[in-house]
Amino acid sequence: MISMAARSSTRWRFRQPSVIPGFGLALGVTLAWLTIIVLIPLSGLLWRSSGLGWSKFMELALDERTVNALTISFGTAFIAAVVNLVFGVLLAWVLVRYRFPGKRVIDAMVDLPFALPTAVAGIALTTLYAPNGWIGSLLAPLGIKIAFTPAGIVVALIFVGLPFVVRTVQPIMEEIDKEVEEAAATLGATRFQTISRVLLPGLLPAGLTGFALAFARGVGEYGSVIFIAGNLPYVSEIAPLLIVIRLEEFNYPAATAIAAVMLLLSFMMLLVINVIQAWSRRRYGYGA
Amino acid sequence: MSSNSLAGIVKLALIVGSLQLGSISLAHADTTILNVSYDPTRELYKEFNAAFAEKWQADTGETVTIQTSHGGSGKQARSVIDGLEADVVTLALEADIDAIAKESGKIPVDWKSRFDNNSAPYTSTIVFLVRKGNPKGIKDWGDLVREDVQVITPNPKTSGGARWNFLAAWAWARAANNGDDAKAQEYVAQLFKHVPVLDTGARGATTTFVQRGLGDVLLAWENEAYLSLEELGPDNFDIVTPSISIKAEPPVALVDGNVDSKGTRKVAEAYLDYLYSDVGQKIAAKHYYRPFKPELADPKDTARFTELKLVSIDDFGGWKEAQPKFFGDGGVFDQIYRPGQ
Repeated sequence: MISMAARSSTRWRFRQPSVIPGFGLALGVTLAWLTIIVLIPLSGLLWRSSGLGWSKFMELALDERTVNALTISFGTAFIAAVVNLVFGVLLAWVLVRYRFPGKRVIDAMVDLPFALPTAVAGIALTTLYAPNGWIGSLLAPLGIKIAFTPAGIVVALIFVGLPFVVRTVQPIMEEIDKEVEEAAATLGATRFQTISRVLLPGLLPAGLTGFALAFARGVGEYGSVIFIAGNLPYVSEIAPLLIVIRLEEFNYPAATAIAAVMLLLSFMMLLVINVIQAWSRRRYGYGA
Repeated sequence: MSSNSLAGIVKLALIVGSLQLGSISLAHADTTILNVSYDPTRELYKEFNAAFAEKWQADTGETVTIQTSHGGSGKQARSVIDGLEADVVTLALEADIDAIAKESGKIPVDWKSRFDNNSAPYTSTIVFLVRKGNPKGIKDWGDLVREDVQVITPNPKTSGGARWNFLAAWAWARAANNGDDAKAQEYVAQLFKHVPVLDTGARGATTTFVQRGLGDVLLAWENEAYLSLEELGPDNFDIVTPSISIKAEPPVALVDGNVDSKGTRKVAEAYLDYLYSDVGQKIAAKHYYRPFKPELADPKDTARFTELKLVSIDDFGGWKEAQPKFFGDGGVFDQIYRPGQ
């Protein structure tokens, strides 16, 4: 309680003491850089869409097809981020806690989706999952279609989002001492209890960060998705593609309206995830 | 920050982006002109540019370098609107050049009458590419809505070529139903129910059909269909020419606003004129475009084109009427994909 009160009383004080001098300069550079790189381009978008007027903006934003495309974009990005959270944590665990031949190579492979142009990923995945591809031809007799359906979008987004979870969770895992597990065992915890009550809560904040990054990346993804999605309106048409379609119609207002809605939704979701993260860090976090 | 400089930044970003997406070949020369074109003309203009540079050197002693930028027709038009300094545009659709004229004012509204044949030095049409031996027995447009047939075509919203596909199908259905437009719309709606993938561009659709093995028939520009045969081997595919198709007229135009500020009007005009010369017409026919003056082209090239009944965009009231009616926001194409239909 005392520490909470002390923290909140200092929260809004401008100058923070630090061992590194030059707080004023550092803050100045930070704000100037963020303004040039992030705020000006994004406010340009909002400025363009504000010219539409509120009722026109809402009409464009609530258009049935727009809502549908946004649902597909955010829905598939969410599913992909959840899958990435589960398997990313598993992957990170294996990479941190076990030693095996080729570990370095596998560790490096995790970053490949970062480095690869997304269009290349899209084309490669489509080749694999198309009905005549290696994987697609195995699934086709079972009646499972991945490429050219929303499932294909999820596959592409899992691919591009994977490194985010692994790379945010990995360093935190490395900090958890093996003794913590041993202590839990000596106190009579089962393996399941050790994992669910001791290890996972500590990883939650980092996992959520990775989740948020993978999710955000998935929402905005274009290059890898358009090759595998099939792009059928109301079925597998993502919001970024609808923006491109509106631009092809020289319909700039509609394109900016969709973009502005995406911006607002993404910002709200990142904010919510941030709040949950801050809460879980206070509740469970290591060294918080 | 003023709105003007903000718009400037946005434009700059768009120009840089379009430069990276379209491929531009650079070389040093006295004069340089930029031809902003669309996707399937890569091979054609590569050869034509070399021929023109040679002729210009012979005629005037000046060296000229022609840069060519290729990409989706609509995207290319937008780049020019946003400030890409094209001297000439050679696009897939009249509507795209109209958009440049309207949005940027750099091309006069009557651009279409400045060159022969509605400013289309070469034309093409829409044909079917089917798998070798035509296993599904596809002969004409009516076969495309059969239960067991899947059709590959790009999205008319993002691809200029796909708009010609759409209108060709419509033209057939209208003729088959004694000019009934409602019946034609029904047919086209049916047709798009047989389309499993809507690629964003013509080359993407070709990849889907050829590499992914998806679909039984690809609706393609005639020149693209022949090019596919040439590139992928005639052992794999056949071309089927339907009874009726559309005369696809990819137009060319001089971008007055840019040539006047760059001082390149003379060479840019000569460049477009040269497309109508015997050399230009020969090269067009060689690359499977139907030349405006077939008598100038090589007879063995023109002999490859099958005779068929061709309707033109004028039968749809011209692009100014057809574009918003069929492909505009809420137009016929959007109605086809309304849910519950």
